[in-house]
Amino acid sequence: MSDLAQTVSDTGTITWRNITRLRRQPDSIVFGIIQSVMFVLLFAYVFGGAINVPGGGDYTQFLMGGIFVQTVAFTCATTCIAMADDLSRGVFDRFRSLPMSRSAVLAGRTFADLAFATVTTAAMALTGLLVGWRTDAPVLSVLAGFALLALFAYAFLWIGAVIGLSVRSVEVAQTAGLIWLFPLTFLSNAFVPLETMPEWLQPIAAWNPISAVVAAVRELFGNVPPGYVAPDYWPLQHPVLASVLWCLVILAVFVPMGVARYRRAAAR
Amino acid sequence: MSEGCGWVQPMSAIHAEGLVKVFPSRSGEVRALDGVDLDVPAGTVLGLLGPNGAGKTTTVRILTTLLTPDAGTATVHGIDVARDPQAVRRSIGLSGQYAAVDEYLTGRENLLMIGRLYHLGGAAARQRAGELLEEFDLVDAADRPTKTYSGGMRRRLDLAGALVARPPIIFLDEPTTGLDPRSRLALWDVIEGLVRAGTTVLLTTQYLDEADKLADSIAVVDRGRVIARGTSDALKAQMGGERLVVTVDHGQVETGRAVLQGLADGAVEVEEHTRTLVAPVAGGSTALIDAVRAFDEAGVRVLDLGMRRPTLDDVFLQLTGHHAEPTDAADGPEAPATTGARGASR
Repeated sequence: MSDLAQTVSDTGTITWRNITRLRRQPDSIVFGIIQSVMFVLLFAYVFGGAINVPGGGDYTQFLMGGIFVQTVAFTCATTCIAMADDLSRGVFDRFRSLPMSRSAVLAGRTFADLAFATVTTAAMALTGLLVGWRTDAPVLSVLAGFALLALFAYAFLWIGAVIGLSVRSVEVAQTAGLIWLFPLTFLSNAFVPLETMPEWLQPIAAWNPISAVVAAVRELFGNVPPGYVAPDYWPLQHPVLASVLWCLVILAVFVPMGVARYRRAAAR
Repeated sequence: MSEGCGWVQPMSAIHAEGLVKVFPSRSGEVRALDGVDLDVPAGTVLGLLGPNGAGKTTTVRILTTLLTPDAGTATVHGIDVARDPQAVRRSIGLSGQYAAVDEYLTGRENLLMIGRLYHLGGAAARQRAGELLEEFDLVDAADRPTKTYSGGMRRRLDLAGALVARPPIIFLDEPTTGLDPRSRLALWDVIEGLVRAGTTVLLTTQYLDEADKLADSIAVVDRGRVIARGTSDALKAQMGGERLVVTVDHGQVETGRAVLQGLADGAVEVEEHTRTLVAPVAGGSTALIDAVRAFDEAGVRVLDLGMRRPTLDDVFLQLTGHHAEPTDAADGPEAPATTGARGASR
């Protein structure tokens, strides 16, 4: 078998293994769905009345892009914990003693978690529709929006994988996988407009990859109010391009780092 | 093609020279391996015998390509582990000291996954999984998630996993540690079957009787070095025969020791606070009767008296002058290498 065919086959096997594990733990899927639905409802009804959307839009329309991105970003905590768990159980020793592709273990992990992120995204989209989220963008544009979310989720899952391989125990992974996501997602345009932040904070939030992806998703879903003028930062002026570039940069950094960590971490 | 360096005996399945592995630790560094040489002829079983932290697992991890040595060379199935690890992996099976089975997959699924990762092809992997489940007496539980399995069943499944690709060389890292005696005997049977079929086995163990039962030759490891090697008979001859263990009454330890020394084959060992005396003796039950008589004549009150076979601890005492570390204090030189990764699951 050629190297590429072997990598594809091994990735398929490991993805199957991880999805089977997920299916046998339905409570983790249920809680993932409950959590995402809860976020939509909390933000829509608690913040909905308090936040003025620039351009005079409705907060629910504004919110959905942000909550989609936040939730798929949070999926990487799942990856982080799963990696640390496999590492602690000696599963990687077995994998590494087999004549299989080195990158397949990480690729199979991230693909399975991407499938999980897809399920929660669907649950959120349905909840959004129930609380009044609407899209009038062309179908292709909406599909592109979901595709971008998937790309972004996939890139972030690799960050989770690297963290999971770097920590010393599952307990640490539970915190380390999650804690950095709060400042990252809140220091962005996900829940509040950039314009309402202090001047000095605005450039930081604008160059946060989360902001670019949120802006891009809003644009592709047709949730940008008609009169809205994007802040004068390059990533927010060209959110789709900026998002794709951010995702590629993240993958270019974290995929090789993840594979290297896997080799080393498993050899501890 | 024959390479210039790293000459290998033609019949060696496993050959290692001067393996050194150093792990960083809080107090400097730990030499987990300090020059280990091994040679396992094809079709034979080598038992690596030693206490926790002696370097057994580190040796296995190097030979199975999970770790790279800091010095030394090793070939497995004639292949240099450093030069072509992927080819080595195709020729070996590894079963770890804690079963690396996936608890949410069924037994069958676990074996199927391993078969696919060996690239056997779907149909062949399915067939092989079925055969192994049969062979390891796991058919009834085959389609249940393995978290419902007992410890012995998991260990059997883990061993089955190592055999999926019918590798010519198998590494078993403490295959029976933590198992109840019945599961242990069952696993011994399986391993003996493998050996009869011509598989080369390197097994690590803390139990002298296990090495005695399964291994053609034994290498005793302590503090990263091989301190003795030979057949189990040769080692036992070196060790002396059975041990007479006597517990005497208060204030009679010294008298007891003098009496026992008269019967012993070697030095009498004294554990003061338990008032227990241990001595190697020859002659089996005759020695026991002689001892009862001798203690009686000397007026020593014996509280407990018995015979036991030499243990790993006796081997160590004989070879190194120090006791093997007790098993519950798993803080040997290997600990820094493994606790970080494994501690979490406990």
